[in-house]
Amino acid sequence: MTWDELQPMLLPACWDTLYMVLWSAAIAVVVGLPLGVLLVLTDSGGLLRNTAVNKVVGAIVNVGRSLPFIILMVALIPFTRYVIGTSIGAEAAIVPLAVGAIPFFARLVETAIREVDHGLVEAVQSMGGSTWTVVRKVLLPESLPSLVSGLTTTAVALVGYTAMAGAVGAGGLGDLAIRYGYQRFETNVMLITLVILVVLVTVIQLLGDFTARALARRGKRASGA
Amino acid sequence: MITTTGLRKVYHSRGRETAALDGVDLHVREGEVYGVVGRSGAGKSTLIRCVNMLERPTSGTVEVAGTDLTALAGRSRRANAALRAARSQIGMVFQHFNLLSARTVQDNVELPLEILGVSGQERSRKALELLDLVGLTDKAKAYPAQLSGGQKQRVGIARALAGDPKVLLSDEATSALDPETTRSILQLLRDLNQQLGLTVLLITHEMDVVKAVCDSAALMKGGRVVESGTVTELLATPGSELAQELFPVGGEPSEEGRTVVDLTFHGEAATQPVISQLSRTYNIDISILGAAMETIGGRQIGRMRIELPGRFEENVVPIGFLREKGLQVDVAPVGAAAGRKADSTLVKEAAK
Repeated sequence: MTWDELQPMLLPACWDTLYMVLWSAAIAVVVGLPLGVLLVLTDSGGLLRNTAVNKVVGAIVNVGRSLPFIILMVALIPFTRYVIGTSIGAEAAIVPLAVGAIPFFARLVETAIREVDHGLVEAVQSMGGSTWTVVRKVLLPESLPSLVSGLTTTAVALVGYTAMAGAVGAGGLGDLAIRYGYQRFETNVMLITLVILVVLVTVIQLLGDFTARALARRGKRASGA
Repeated sequence: MITTTGLRKVYHSRGRETAALDGVDLHVREGEVYGVVGRSGAGKSTLIRCVNMLERPTSGTVEVAGTDLTALAGRSRRANAALRAARSQIGMVFQHFNLLSARTVQDNVELPLEILGVSGQERSRKALELLDLVGLTDKAKAYPAQLSGGQKQRVGIARALAGDPKVLLSDEATSALDPETTRSILQLLRDLNQQLGLTVLLITHEMDVVKAVCDSAALMKGGRVVESGTVTELLATPGSELAQELFPVGGEPSEEGRTVVDLTFHGEAATQPVISQLSRTYNIDISILGAAMETIGGRQIGRMRIELPGRFEENVVPIGFLREKGLQVDVAPVGAAAGRKADSTLVKEAAK
């Protein structure tokens, strides 16, 4: 396949991949962040100690994380049809991608928030702060660099998942690599999509690292800043 | 200002019960600096956390500024609005400062005001005023990581004062600081106590802290308060462990069969030449084994360990003389049980 033939397919494929990653990452944040916070708060020793809620949420997250993505994707087809109206295409792929990323991100959020010094929580409580205040003013801002790192890890994992989603007709770079590169033995297509994926992952990782570091440095700039 | 009655806190772990607080009655008067001392594990930290209900006492009551916090908190583990409002009237400073690293110094001081719902302009005015009070105006835009330990604690104090509290709780506020910084922070607490009429309850394991700022003190051991009172009262209490710790005088008797006596001078007695009077009046030789003079809570207090020739029975009259002069006399528990026995006789005499 020549470059001229490949080019018109490459751009939409890139766009599809980005589209899927960004939307599913956004949904993972919206749902996974509260879940992660809930896991910490309801834990024994947490501010909203509640063993039942903690066990249930923990179990859901664990099940979600242990299902292989390819299985999850197929299992969710009826649900996807219900939500999107179809189970084919980039939009449809966002549903299983988000469902897969939510528990993944929730665990990372949980770990990040556990790192926050309990003394800070106590300080805000002693000022008369409510649990909501503690979450908003202490847990989230203080763990922000780790949360950003967690989101980066999630986005990188999502790039990998989109390739699998490509196998069931979601489009994107993975789809191109499988249909042309693998099934039609077009080695150059395979190579180009791989290079683009590597670049994409690297860019996401660099951006994430840069942001996380900038946020962490905020509190640790050398004196005189 | 702060009264705890029969405060108990029991922890359960692996089926065993440990009483961190075992019936603590504490009374802190308005406008005083009250120090609770004790070794780690004595229950000081649990006590101070019970005062603002960061820890819920198992039983007993806590009253701060006329409000019964235990009743306010009710049975629920979560802090209700009434308890949160009461907490905002009690400032607290911590050993490890507990400043938010993602916020500037000024934003840290503004945090309690945000919780109280104060408007932005008013918040920044108040925060700058407080930073001025603790001498950190120029650090308003700095982050906590750029400050020294002493500066961080000053921010912690400014933050604790943001809600105009009547009471300040200090949880080992100087324990992570070097001696010089400790002194300056204690001085600041003392100034705030005097300027703002702030009542301060502090816990510490350092006797020097009590010596430097406290009007009253309590000694905790195994979850109980074993001694308490104003520093002057404590020093006037025969055999007071706190007085001895605050004001240690050492020295062993030069030989057997001599009487060793600890004298405590305060008030007028501190300025009189009592020892030379004693020597002249009874024509006895007195050796001084150890002595110290210090200012505690703004008052000159001296302590001296002297040795009188002869056994206790032969020295009843000179000891009576010293007591008449207004000194507090304790027979030092050195050497034998005889000393201790004599001590208890003395206590009985004093009671008469």
